[in-house]
Amino acid sequence: MSDYLVQFNNISKFFGKVIALKDVTMRLKKGEIMCLLGDNGAGKSTLIKTLAGVHKPDEGEIIFEDNKIVFDSPKDALDIGIGTVYQDLALVPLMSVTRNFFMGREPQKGIPFLKTFDVEKANKIAADRMGQIGIDVRDPSQAVGTMSGGERQCLAISRAIYFGAKVLVLDEPTSALGVHQASMVLKYIVKAASEGLAVILITHNVHHAYPVGNSFTVLNRGKSMGTFQKKDISREKLLSMMAGGEELDKLEVELQEMDRIHNKN
Amino acid sequence: MSLKSKSISSKNSLNEDERLKKISPLRVLLNRPELGALGGSILVFIFFGIVAGDTGMFSAYGMLNFLDVSANLGIIAIAAAMLMIGGEFDLSIGSMIGFAGICIAIPAIYWGWPLWMSIVFAFAMAVLVGYFNGIMVVKTGLPSFIVTLAMLFILRGLTLAITRLITGRTQVPGLRVLIEDDPLAWLFATDTFKWLFTWLGSLKLIELRTDGTPLATGIPPSVIWFIALTLFATWILMKTRYGNWIFASGGDKVGATNVGVPVGRVKISLFIGTAVASTIFACIQVLDAGSADTMRGTLKELEAIAAAVVGGCLLTGGYGSAIGAAFGAIIFGTVSMGIFYTDVDTDWFKVFLGAMMLIAVVFNNYIRKKVTESK
Repeated sequence: MSDYLVQFNNISKFFGKVIALKDVTMRLKKGEIMCLLGDNGAGKSTLIKTLAGVHKPDEGEIIFEDNKIVFDSPKDALDIGIGTVYQDLALVPLMSVTRNFFMGREPQKGIPFLKTFDVEKANKIAADRMGQIGIDVRDPSQAVGTMSGGERQCLAISRAIYFGAKVLVLDEPTSALGVHQASMVLKYIVKAASEGLAVILITHNVHHAYPVGNSFTVLNRGKSMGTFQKKDISREKLLSMMAGGEELDKLEVELQEMDRIHNKN
Repeated sequence: MSLKSKSISSKNSLNEDERLKKISPLRVLLNRPELGALGGSILVFIFFGIVAGDTGMFSAYGMLNFLDVSANLGIIAIAAAMLMIGGEFDLSIGSMIGFAGICIAIPAIYWGWPLWMSIVFAFAMAVLVGYFNGIMVVKTGLPSFIVTLAMLFILRGLTLAITRLITGRTQVPGLRVLIEDDPLAWLFATDTFKWLFTWLGSLKLIELRTDGTPLATGIPPSVIWFIALTLFATWILMKTRYGNWIFASGGDKVGATNVGVPVGRVKISLFIGTAVASTIFACIQVLDAGSADTMRGTLKELEAIAAAVVGGCLLTGGYGSAIGAAFGAIIFGTVSMGIFYTDVDTDWFKVFLGAMMLIAVVFNNYIRKKVTESK
């Protein structure tokens, strides 16, 4: 058995002639937080959808706990334990915390054909789970619309964990949040990882990613620029890689060289 | 309700949550979608109690009269409300009523089918129409407004064309004689609690005819259906998994799909629901009148939507209640009948209907903001 909980090996995805992803490889151990960094258009969304089972990869393989896996639908990914929290969170503001928490997977009780939604049990679980992460749900039957952005994010993550996620894929969980709210969410992500989950944190914000990440994969124009352990790379280096900084560096070197040759003559 | 019980029980339980702000029952009520319609119903009753209290409107006969009208509207309003909570509209309700009417009458009168078979046939057609509406909306992604508007014309046209083709007329009479001894028709054509009215009549508590039988003979079938459907719909919405899926499908289609709610199936089933409710309406009316009319149910879809909106349903979906729609129907039914008992010209009814709806929408909009804002 390999050390890795989940491996995405040489994943490629094409849309007609467009190469959306090419040979992207990511391997995660239990308890590891891998940050997937990339600028707009780097292929992050396509990669997320491939991880979540929405897209089938055209090349490459997904190996989960040493078994090769093919996802036919998002449900398959959910069933083996890859929980994806999208940017829109899949929460309905007008519905209560409990009804959102159990949306699509409501606990039931009663006899067949007359089964009812076990609201008391659901309320209790939702309140407990939110309590564990230190969020004061005054009442689980309050509407999600009354919660802050950070609380909603935590609710969505907590829901994914409750329903058996072993690998959490988080799409820009901090992008719309203020400093305080973002740190609350990041704290929760670290806590989840410390309990043995593997986390893929997708973001374009290095300042949020660097403090919590164990490793960093940088995506640029559909290709992976490599995976780096935290000790091997600085925040500044990551930032410059994301922004295509290497290209700028090269350009600068070339300009200096031209300048030098020019001065010699 | 659950808010209230929680605040009370937490006082006694060991893990008392002191952060749980005590919320007054009034506040809880304010957050319920039915509130507007409930308040409206009370106002309407007070108004007619004062204006028409001594005219016989609130005699047993008068009450059954306006309850019957309310109940008929309520049957379709509840189905329309559930569909609206699920995020869609059905404008073909009225046309479906007319269509279901001839689906019962033509086979029974012209083809010699037993009445029960015609009724089953009408319901089967309703399921087909509802399924077609649903699948069109779900598969094409077109607004249900457009799809069901098309269906409004198609069904009404079909009703008229088929009826004239087969019968040469636009009305099909002669059903009344078939009701007796039919194994199914009684469900839509029997007054219940007759013994109660006979008893009340014998005590001279309610009005009697000259021959000594009570003027109001029993609870009409529409009222029983109305109550049963209100309870059933409320149970579904509040107490079942499917109910949660309805709210989720209407609240956020994409989000609901992402967490595994079968949004398409939920919406299709709700469209079938409105078509079936229209057919229940048609059965009751056709068997009561003894005839089917191709124009029956015209504009009923708009009244049903109006009742649902007054009952607290948001036009954008994801919020509302069946009880609210029931009260919305009671408001409209009471006013449409009550207006006869006052000196007001009945022409003003539509003015009232429109104004009521406008007030309801403004009020609902305000409520939605309240619900989604931080408290």
